[in-house]
Amino acid sequence: MVEAILDVRGVSKRFAFNGESVTALTDANLRIEKGEFVCLIGPSGCGKSTLLRMVAGFESVSDGELLMWTKPVTGPGPDRGMVFQDYGLFPWLTVRKNIGFGPVARGRPAKEVRATEERFVEMVGLTRFADAFPHQLSGGMKQRVAIARVLANDAEVVLMDEPFGALDAMTRERLQAELLEIWAKQKLTVLFVTHAIEEAIVLADRVVVMSPGPGRIVADERIDLPRPRDPTSPEFNAMRRHLGGLLAGHH
Amino acid sequence: MLAVVFPLGALLAWFLSTLGSGFSLIPSPGEVGMALYDLAFGGVYDDAFSETLVTHALASMSRVFGGFALAAAVALPLGMMIGRVPLVRAILDPTLQLLRPVPVTAWLPLAMIVFGLGPRSAFFLVFLGAFYPVLINTVFGVRSVEPRLFEAAAMLGLSPSASFAKVVLPAALPSIFTGLRLGLGFAWVVIVVGEMTGVQTGLGAIIMEARQLSRTEIVICGMAVIGVLGFVSDKLVMLIGQRLLRWSPQHG
Repeated sequence: MVEAILDVRGVSKRFAFNGESVTALTDANLRIEKGEFVCLIGPSGCGKSTLLRMVAGFESVSDGELLMWTKPVTGPGPDRGMVFQDYGLFPWLTVRKNIGFGPVARGRPAKEVRATEERFVEMVGLTRFADAFPHQLSGGMKQRVAIARVLANDAEVVLMDEPFGALDAMTRERLQAELLEIWAKQKLTVLFVTHAIEEAIVLADRVVVMSPGPGRIVADERIDLPRPRDPTSPEFNAMRRHLGGLLAGHH
Repeated sequence: MLAVVFPLGALLAWFLSTLGSGFSLIPSPGEVGMALYDLAFGGVYDDAFSETLVTHALASMSRVFGGFALAAAVALPLGMMIGRVPLVRAILDPTLQLLRPVPVTAWLPLAMIVFGLGPRSAFFLVFLGAFYPVLINTVFGVRSVEPRLFEAAAMLGLSPSASFAKVVLPAALPSIFTGLRLGLGFAWVVIVVGEMTGVQTGLGAIIMEARQLSRTEIVICGMAVIGVLGFVSDKLVMLIGQRLLRWSPQHG
């Protein structure tokens, strides 16, 4: 068996809320291999963001084990880059410096940092905006910067929390295509949270379906359609209907 | 253009109101202009006030900027610690909040007892006047950093010990600058009161002295000079702020 880059073993998460213990996620099991594109999908309260934040190391695990390359995740680290829905860019840094933040933070030599900045500014097509500040950019451009700064930091796993949820439909489609291109070229492993069935089918190798009350994983479906996927094809629609059924709870 | 219409109109109204009456407690703009010239360069009245403007202005400015600089030097690090270190906040914040509503002018008698009659009291009042705006805005700035930015920094590999310099400080800079601007403004407000405590030099001192001698035109000169100096120093801080805060949609 191939060693999993991420191995979630019987993971639960409980929060204290108004003095009561609330279970956000119960007994989640998930193995992800290097290079896989996995979408977590489910309605709000299903624990998909909680699971993602635990993988990122922002939240601790209440029960079970969360391993990356067989080592327990103990906190945030540059090997797991996160792309937030609200971007989380540093407003006082230019596009270039935002992308260089990780390498600088990890103490890379200045010459290497400059080359890295240059390379990833170009990869996400923002050369003309390299010296602009985040508030001067559109939502789509901001999210390109957020993706680029994670890639510039050599992240092995890219965690994405509804990254395109705040964008208009056309920008979203373009960024989905760009993300797939970068994923294939850089051989990334992506864990992508969304609540849109269509987005999950367009992007993922595997769609992990989650359900609330308490949050848990209910299904793990492989998508074998060839890329680029056509949302109007009968196979796509069949998958959409299938996942819709799983989400609605009649499986 | 519109900005000059109102003061020119006010000047005209002032001129017309002093016209005609033989004796007025309010001097005419011409008299004030003459007095200002004499105050700056001498050669008109050749009295005790002649040619003293630079001395007084420099004395006031040294107290304003000195007191302000000291206030910033104390309030900036203190504000950062109160904002980020819960223990420091627990120890100092209640006391500082309790003292805050006390008007700076109410400290005057006590300042005179502790620091004596003279420039040191004025310096202390300026310090106090500038202290709170800088402190409060610094505390607010370092406390209201978006939690998301700490997460972003952590997942990019920034060590927690570096996050103060790399995240907190730049994020708090707009608030800190607002505090510095307000503080310098208050320093100019307080200086006149501060210099009324038996100081020999300073713009507040000549205003007091001219008032006792019923030289109202000198009083108005003093007011005008304070206004201009305060305006210029505020613009200076603003320019520095705009340079450093080019990234902020509210400042750049």
